[in-house]
Amino acid sequence: MKSILATLALTTALIMPDLAMARPITLTTQLNSYGGSRAYLALYVTDSSGAYVDTLWLAGGKSKYYKHLSDWRRVAGRSAGKISGITGASVGQGRTLEVTVDLADALFDSGYTLHVDAAVEDRRDSPNDVAVPLTTQGAGTPVRGRRYVANFTYDM
Amino acid sequence: MIRIFHRWPGLLAMALLTVLSLSGAALSVFPMAQKLSAPLPASGLTVATLATRIQAVYPGVEQIRRAPSGQITAYWFNDGTPGSAVIDPATGQGIASADPIQTERWLTNLHRSLFLGDGGRIATAAGAAAMLVLALSGAVLVTRRVGGPARWFTRLRGPLSGRLHVEIARVAVLGLALSSLTALWMTASTFEFLPDAEPSLDFPEAVSGQIGVELASVAQFAATPVDTLRDLNFPYADDPTDVFTLITDQGTGYIDQGTGILLDWAGLSTWARASETIYMLHTGQGAAVLGLVLGLMALGIPVMGVTGIVIWLSRRKVRQRIRANHPASRAETILLVGSEGGSTWGFAATLHKALTEAGQTVHAASMSGFDPTRYAVAQRVIILAATYGDGDAPETAKGFLDRLAQAAPLIKVPLAVLGFGDRSFPRFCVFAQTVSAAAQAQGWQQMIPFDTVDRQSPQDFARWGQALGQAMGIDLTLAHQPVLPDTQALTLVSRRCYGVEVQAPTDILHFTLPKRSLWRRWRGRFRAGDLLGILPDGAAMPRFYSLASTERDGFVEIVVKKHPGGLCSGQLMALKPGDTISAFFRSNPGFRPGRGRVPLILIGAGTGIGPLAGMIRGNTRQRPIHLFFGMRHPDSDFLYGEDLAGWQVEGRLARLVTAISRGAKPHYVQDALRAEGEHLAGLIRGGARIMVCGGRDMAAGVTDALAEILAPVGLSPATLKAEGRYVEDVY
Repeated sequence: MKSILATLALTTALIMPDLAMARPITLTTQLNSYGGSRAYLALYVTDSSGAYVDTLWLAGGKSKYYKHLSDWRRVAGRSAGKISGITGASVGQGRTLEVTVDLADALFDSGYTLHVDAAVEDRRDSPNDVAVPLTTQGAGTPVRGRRYVANFTYDM
Repeated sequence: MIRIFHRWPGLLAMALLTVLSLSGAALSVFPMAQKLSAPLPASGLTVATLATRIQAVYPGVEQIRRAPSGQITAYWFNDGTPGSAVIDPATGQGIASADPIQTERWLTNLHRSLFLGDGGRIATAAGAAAMLVLALSGAVLVTRRVGGPARWFTRLRGPLSGRLHVEIARVAVLGLALSSLTALWMTASTFEFLPDAEPSLDFPEAVSGQIGVELASVAQFAATPVDTLRDLNFPYADDPTDVFTLITDQGTGYIDQGTGILLDWAGLSTWARASETIYMLHTGQGAAVLGLVLGLMALGIPVMGVTGIVIWLSRRKVRQRIRANHPASRAETILLVGSEGGSTWGFAATLHKALTEAGQTVHAASMSGFDPTRYAVAQRVIILAATYGDGDAPETAKGFLDRLAQAAPLIKVPLAVLGFGDRSFPRFCVFAQTVSAAAQAQGWQQMIPFDTVDRQSPQDFARWGQALGQAMGIDLTLAHQPVLPDTQALTLVSRRCYGVEVQAPTDILHFTLPKRSLWRRWRGRFRAGDLLGILPDGAAMPRFYSLASTERDGFVEIVVKKHPGGLCSGQLMALKPGDTISAFFRSNPGFRPGRGRVPLILIGAGTGIGPLAGMIRGNTRQRPIHLFFGMRHPDSDFLYGEDLAGWQVEGRLARLVTAISRGAKPHYVQDALRAEGEHLAGLIRGGARIMVCGGRDMAAGVTDALAEILAPVGLSPATLKAEGRYVEDVY
């Protein structure tokens, strides 16, 4: 695996009541070789009703292109602007994005879903390329993406 | 001043602009290729019909896109696998791969960022800015050179590189300015310096919650022609909260996937339309023909880069002798130079240096750049002017008289005019005289009386300098050393001797072609009619001979007649095969046959046959040439006699008429013209071009004869000369 991005350790402030306990989670997104420019990615969490909870990571530097991460834009609504400190560079085809975030324990095994939206210039947008339920059991198991993501893993 | 804004951006950005223009030109082909290959939908086809057809073939269809070229692409998801294809709108079937063309993507990345990400984007934007500055400053320079915007497409003269540069520029400048402006806009937009053009349409909060509406029954789809479609996004499978998103060239709307009702609609803002138009103007996507035209214009950039450097270097060679040149607005002395070959510039440099050493601020410029409005602190204007041809303005003084006539004389700024020429010519310093007289008539004061310099005489120049210094109240010593061009050694190969029997020894001298560097050849190959400057031993000044060969012939040929006591001709006549002489080439753009197929009437006598013979030898395209050749006796000085017969057989010479001056009945070339008068008048009325080469008396006789011949058809030698159809090389 060509893991080019150094592990980015960071703390996301998941501002939620009664979620005192948190642990570092490593999110690994490997892209397939789709033959195109670097991809923009949005990693975010929704609850059991599909409502937006928080954004974990946004790969891609120019906010004018965020509209192509269409599901994320849709569910995040006005919160889509609050991404300071959790953005990084876009990801080339065949490359791997690896980020570590602090995720509240309460998000696991409670019906929360982690989504990855992807977009590539001059190609079809791929909202919801990955949608994986957050469970302690599912940690470490790769999930196939739909279009640009080859597979996605979260490790505790 | 403007030239600085043209030169430096050009030199600095040349490599970058070459990459950008070549990649841009290559990219310009793609929109047209796509347009030609895309199957066109039947007129009146609606989005409803198209989407139904595609859904029938690809049940998992997720998105239908229409490119500005008209190409329709569908994206679908079947059995967990994404797919896409270019669609034939008549059937809904995929007909070609929808993957972006790799070459186009590679070129696009090179063109916009040199594969260097944001840093590269900034670099290419800097290139676009340089291009814009070049286009604007270039437009000012061209306007100046041709003498006003109304004469934008006027015929150009001068060395090839300069002509080529301006020829391309004046056609391409608009396109290049457009491309660079739109490039800057697009970069500003990429870096978010411009407001986003996206319509502010929030996702609908309430939907019906049903799914599965028939595409054909959605009113909005049925009402939207495919021609206006840009994008139709299907709702995400198994998500009842999702909707159809329809984007047309009118705006964006959301449509319920259960009821087919239009939930929300936002029209395209003026800003968004402007952004799209700019994108189209830059990429040609949606304007394929314009794209090709812009691409073609971009191809001119590398050529202009190379010619621009050639111009800069040759200008530097002339100008580098002038040091510490002040801007026009801050100079007390304005020094204007009208020079044909460059020697007058040498005198100007000597004067400039002497005045500067005397504590003056001096601005030297060509006479063509005469602009009194810029001479804010000027106390005097000095004009050094050569004469071209028969009293015409030399190359760097074109348009001067027009400018002088339009400008009001500056108060308290007197004028001094010095003419340069050769007293052996009857129209000695005529142009400088005309300038002086016109300035006086206009009301300019004279600082010192009009004066002349004969044959680049340093003594004449020094004498005039004393008078100038007295008038200025300074001590001015002008010690001028004429600078000769770099000479090359020519080796004599053979000579053909004529005319001894008629007391006019005349030889055709045949030299080897010296090795000329690629650089020199690029600056211009010599042609028949150009000049060979020869510096005889023991002389300071070169003598000029018309070339009787072109560089392509692979040899150098001149015709020399021995003058009694002539220094140069004497030395040339004494040369033996194997001996060498020092010589240099000088172009003579005023004496060229010109392009095209119009008949040429060549008239010459004696050694004047030289350049004419060279032109006939080079006439491989069999343009009709009529030669009138005057000689003394066919048995003695029929120069090129055998060659001419051969060229006639080969079709290079259409007709040869000779005039013999020795004998019982002297017959001169002008007599031969009169005898052919009617025929000649017909040729000339049909557009034929006349070239005369030889002695002054012969040329005057030819002009008189032609005046008689042309009077019945309402033409005159003067009008033909003004049109540039009657040219002379007279000595």
